[in-house]
Amino acid sequence: MHIESFIVRAVVAGLGIALIAGPLGCFVVWRRMAYFGDTLSHAGLMGVALGIMLGIDPTVGTIITGIVVSLFLLGLQQQRSLPTDTLLGILSHAALSIGLIAVSFMDKVRFDLMGYLFGDILAVTVSDIAWIYGGGALLLAALALIWRPLIALTVHPDMAIAEGTGRLPVRLTFMILMALSVAIAMKIVGILLVTALLIIPPAAARRFALSPETMAVATVLVGGAAVVGGIGASFTWDTPSGPSIVAAAAVIFALSLAAGLVADKVHGNRA
Amino acid sequence: MTGEPLIEIRKGSVTRGKRRILDHVDITVRRGEIVTLVGPNGAGKSTLIKIALGLERLDSGEVLRAAKLKIGYQPQKLSLDQALPLSVRRFLTLTEQHSTVRLEQILAEVGVPHLMESSVHVLSGGEWQRIMLARAVLRQPDLLVLDEPTQNVDTAGAVEIYQIIARLRAAIGCGVLMVSHDLNVVMAATDQVYCLNSHICCSGHPADVSRDAEFQRLFGPTAAHTLAIYPHSHDHVHAPDGSVTHDCGHDHSHDGHHHAH
Repeated sequence: MHIESFIVRAVVAGLGIALIAGPLGCFVVWRRMAYFGDTLSHAGLMGVALGIMLGIDPTVGTIITGIVVSLFLLGLQQQRSLPTDTLLGILSHAALSIGLIAVSFMDKVRFDLMGYLFGDILAVTVSDIAWIYGGGALLLAALALIWRPLIALTVHPDMAIAEGTGRLPVRLTFMILMALSVAIAMKIVGILLVTALLIIPPAAARRFALSPETMAVATVLVGGAAVVGGIGASFTWDTPSGPSIVAAAAVIFALSLAAGLVADKVHGNRA
Repeated sequence: MTGEPLIEIRKGSVTRGKRRILDHVDITVRRGEIVTLVGPNGAGKSTLIKIALGLERLDSGEVLRAAKLKIGYQPQKLSLDQALPLSVRRFLTLTEQHSTVRLEQILAEVGVPHLMESSVHVLSGGEWQRIMLARAVLRQPDLLVLDEPTQNVDTAGAVEIYQIIARLRAAIGCGVLMVSHDLNVVMAATDQVYCLNSHICCSGHPADVSRDAEFQRLFGPTAAHTLAIYPHSHDHVHAPDGSVTHDCGHDHSHDGHHHAH
């Protein structure tokens, strides 16, 4: 069978995204930050629009807005009268609205809104792949540096801070990494589905992991399988690529649930 | 002879809104000494612990810490999310790496040597408290801060945990600051008691505190009585080299606070 080169590019790009999204997605699940992922991706639309308006790379625009939104959140969290999910809701929808307004001023030919909302992995270019692997390598290196304190902070922030491991830069670094990864992943699965790629693979991997580290590795494997399965389905049945990848991840999650139930039953009978 | 002061809070006050959480609180923890905070709910015990840990700030007063003070902290509540897979081994090395030998040694010391590879999600209340204690002690802290180290533990288990704390204190030579509700058992292993109710209503040796009028009003005569049963048993838990001997008398820096004599 002849394999088209755009399929190869799509798979290479998708696997890169799975590699980045895996460990970060674990933290999104552990730290209950799914809504933060949404906020970052919604702000991403604003970033893309601003990037185009200012004549800079849209990905750079997305990264910058993501970091600005993260800083806003950190600042707003210092006052404790409003809960974080409310703050995120405000930031998320304000950013999305501003983004949509900015887009409405733009030339419809120059701006492919649907492409940004749902992504188009089959249109991935070599420069996109360079972004994914270059940015991804940096991102994973930084994450490795803060891994241990970040886990400690996740388990118990006061404990980590009292014992001198979890200082503010760790959280800040993590938020910047989140902004980076969302900006990179957005191109592939789109604004609306980025969070799904961050949270479904770790949810599926949880059952098979005994430590945070093995869970991160298992998550990458699940994400990779979802990418390959989704792109295969997209190519075979001509379905949209981003949603196909997320649907494939959801199928793997369902299978992991079923496997878990069976394992519990077998274990329960033995006990 | 008492060890050097590790942490000293002087005239510490904290106000939240219109409520005075802490009111001119003086408290000192010295090396080798076990200091226990008792007090009713809402007395400001948790706030005081957070001040000591450097997590919150005083509105007035000052906190003096020994240079390079290394803290080991066992929080009161640590509700782990099931989503995070964690073995006991991994939990123990959360903030610092340690060798397997050291980890095995500490688990044996807290009486749960068999739990190393167990998931933290399946531990009983008592096992969990021991593991948390082990983790806080592992880094050989100067100051061990324990917030209700026997929560969800039965009385027999609590007695044992306080013995372990006293033993570890002697082995490491650290100071211990703890919050406890187990009036009847904690005193056996305590050198200084501070009874907190926003202000320090009394402090000193357990036997003296038990006779204090305000203490009796707060906790009732029965509690005061059980407390007084254990006046000197803590003498047995000190290090043989005498380096952790304590001052049995009152701490007279707490001027203005009343001790019943």
